[in-house]
Amino acid sequence: MALLTVSNLSVSIGRLKPLDGISFEIGKGEIVGVVGESGSGKSLTAMSVMGLLPLIGGKISAGTISFDGIALTGLAEPAYRALRGRRIALISQNPMTSLDPIIRIGAQIDQVSMLHLGLAESAAKARSIELMQQLRIPDAATIYDNYPHQLSGGMKQRIVIAMALAADPDLIIADEPTTALDVTIQAQIIQIMVELVRDRCLSLMLITHDMGVVAQACDRVVVLYAGRVAESNSIDAIFAEPRHPYTRELIRCIPRHGQIPGSLTGIPGAVPSVLDYPSGCRFHPRCAQAFELCSHNVPVLEQKGSGLAACHLSEVVHA
Amino acid sequence: MAASTTVRTILLSPRGGLSAIVLAIVIICALFAPLIAPYAYDIQSLRNANLDPSWKNWMGTDEFGRDLLSRIIYGARTSLSVAITAISISVAAGMTLGAMAAYFGGTFDRIVTAAVDLTWSFPEILIALILIAIMGPGLNSTMIAISIAYLAQFTRLTRAQIMALKNETYIEATRNLGAGHTHIIFRHLLPNALTPVIVAGMLATGDAIILEATLGFFGLGAQPPTPSWGAMMSSGTAQIFIAPWIIIFPGLAIAITVIAINLFGDAVIEALDIRNRLRDS
Amino acid sequence: MLNFLLKRLVLLIPVFLVVSIIIFMIIHLVPGDPIDSIVQIGSTPEQKAELTAKYGLDKPLVIQYVIWFGKMMTGDLGEAIILRQPVSSLIAQNLPHSLILGTLALVFSTIVGIATGAIAAICKDSWIDRTVMGLILLGSTVPSFWLGLLMILLFAVQLGWFPVSGARSWSALVLPVLTIGLGGVALVARVTRVAMMDISRRDFVMMLHAKGVPAWRINLQHILRHAMLPVVTILSLRIGWILGGAVTIEYVFARPGLGSLLITSLNQRDYPVVQGCLLMLAIAVMLGTLLGDVVQAAMDPRVRERTS
Repeated sequence: MALLTVSNLSVSIGRLKPLDGISFEIGKGEIVGVVGESGSGKSLTAMSVMGLLPLIGGKISAGTISFDGIALTGLAEPAYRALRGRRIALISQNPMTSLDPIIRIGAQIDQVSMLHLGLAESAAKARSIELMQQLRIPDAATIYDNYPHQLSGGMKQRIVIAMALAADPDLIIADEPTTALDVTIQAQIIQIMVELVRDRCLSLMLITHDMGVVAQACDRVVVLYAGRVAESNSIDAIFAEPRHPYTRELIRCIPRHGQIPGSLTGIPGAVPSVLDYPSGCRFHPRCAQAFELCSHNVPVLEQKGSGLAACHLSEVVHA
Repeated sequence: MAASTTVRTILLSPRGGLSAIVLAIVIICALFAPLIAPYAYDIQSLRNANLDPSWKNWMGTDEFGRDLLSRIIYGARTSLSVAITAISISVAAGMTLGAMAAYFGGTFDRIVTAAVDLTWSFPEILIALILIAIMGPGLNSTMIAISIAYLAQFTRLTRAQIMALKNETYIEATRNLGAGHTHIIFRHLLPNALTPVIVAGMLATGDAIILEATLGFFGLGAQPPTPSWGAMMSSGTAQIFIAPWIIIFPGLAIAITVIAINLFGDAVIEALDIRNRLRDS
Repeated sequence: MLNFLLKRLVLLIPVFLVVSIIIFMIIHLVPGDPIDSIVQIGSTPEQKAELTAKYGLDKPLVIQYVIWFGKMMTGDLGEAIILRQPVSSLIAQNLPHSLILGTLALVFSTIVGIATGAIAAICKDSWIDRTVMGLILLGSTVPSFWLGLLMILLFAVQLGWFPVSGARSWSALVLPVLTIGLGGVALVARVTRVAMMDISRRDFVMMLHAKGVPAWRINLQHILRHAMLPVVTILSLRIGWILGGAVTIEYVFARPGLGSLLITSLNQRDYPVVQGCLLMLAIAVMLGTLLGDVVQAAMDPRVRERTS
């Protein structure tokens, strides 16, 4: 049984419906990448699993989420709270603003183990320092007493990762953990995260817009576009035989070794706004292979080869 | 937004409409006191001292037998004239100083800013008391004292507005298109800076009325027989056991007027959507 | 921390100088002979000349100021005209009363204000929020001396729970503190409420929810702590206001204190006392603002590192 099962999830915020029938699974010890451009609904997926939609005025309008056999949709708040931080942990995309500026770093990590593992102050402190060391934070004992504004972005994100690991969760959701960081640090952070996750056999939902990161770190990928799943498959399969034109475009955009400088390309057009989704297949206005059917019928996410794809085209689309 | 639509929005909103009616009543009382007040404010009649409110005297009489309602109506004159005059002077002077400081910068700006910061932490009442210490009690001193007490606020606000506008790109663009300094100041900077300051002035008028009444209560404001809401309450304290309405009604008049001013000011702020521009003060 | 304190004290010196100059100039700016402001009127021209020389009023202004300043620093503020006591002893008698009143009012405003604002913020947009903020609006727009008089009317005259005036017992403090305090509650509550609502939208609060921290703890241990910063800021800016309130209310309740001393001596044209009181009040405002700055720095590590 998969650790996390998202089934036909739809999320609405006011009159808008930014997520429309998302389905995917994450197994124990798996690293699954959730990919898409900004506005595809990746963060909302994270918020839905964490049960934090009310904070942004949203709610689950359809579908279910289940975690380790527990139904998350409709779960009462106290039970949900017991899971958050303890069995499902979040690493958000803003390390600069995720930490409380007037509380020392160490205390913020301690909070998790004291709250969820019932550790006493000294035990929590020891655990926090150990975690910081595993995250290769130099001079952990001194940093423990520092305030967030005294650390760099990369350091702050390591602290956030430490907070996520503190209660020994089963699933970590990392929402664009490196987007706000320097390019030079991005690879480092991803590497550390993946190492720690593998060591502890944790599951990781890695949300990103960068297919390169996905290639580096993930076992499987779920590609989101405009609130729907475009394709999902194992890493090797998806890179070898992408079945959705959007996936193909994403892969094409990854900067390659030996690429001629200045030849970086993007995908023509822009992600449609939730106020104005195209009819039928939402990608059809930007798709080079779109045909008549694409603007009328919504493609169903179905088995295509070794994975799932939602596209009206029946043959393999080669990169 | 066109002026007429703004006015209509303000008057049609519950807050704006209600407060506008109340303010209209107060202003009418002030302007037409001799026509509205049932009695003259200084007719004494010790026989009728401290009477309860009745059909003859809607609000009763004070310790000298003077009709309280009439005195309150005439008192509106004092309070409003002092407050409005004082704040108008303050706004005019503050805008000039603030605009000059912001536009010319340099030492002048530094001096003005230092003076403003100095006055900033002192409560208006203290400043007013210092000035009255120098000028002696009376209607005019109160007016001048109040206008100086609020000067810092308007200088600061205007300066902040002009500083913000000075650096706006469209000012640069206008200058690049060849517009002269005067044109920039009068057609672009001042009109935009004007609105928040005027609205702040409106709200400050409420505070000024309270300040005038407080000074009057201390005996430092308009001197008898000129009726002033504050002074009426002061002499009323001696009668607190037998004629409490002497204290209640003038205070009620002040409270209603100031609440109406604040509500009206709020309605204007919302209609014009300038809440964030006023945050500095 | 000490550095910060010292820096702030140094900045206060020019302010103090300017204020003292203004206060010093009072007797020279009042119309008439300065000597008439210091001693009782009704002296012959010769006596006036003698007294003028005796009080050093014939010297150049700058020298006079320096002498006055020097005397002030040693505690000699001259002699009261009416009561013929040294001004400094009059002040010494009255200052403690004002301090107690001011401090209690400040504490009341802070505690009740924060609690009220927090409740309004946590129950935001509910009827509790609207009622509370409505009452606050009312409370802040009525003149404080009227509020005080109404309090006396209701609680002292009608119900007889508290004394009408004076400072003969501890219960005499209740109504004055309440009157001044309620004015401050409005300000503090408003700031607390807005701050808490603002802060609850920040990223780190979302993170706290994600960590599974219960909402009550997030509100009290985190959001409220952050909201304290703008509250302390506004209080330290407006501390002068508490003093202004104290001045008025002391007069209303006929309590001894710097405020009633000031008003009485203003009415009696007793300028040495006026100068002494104004000076003390000005010092109180400056020290209060300084205290507010220090508390801010203690609460927010980022403030300590700012140089201005």
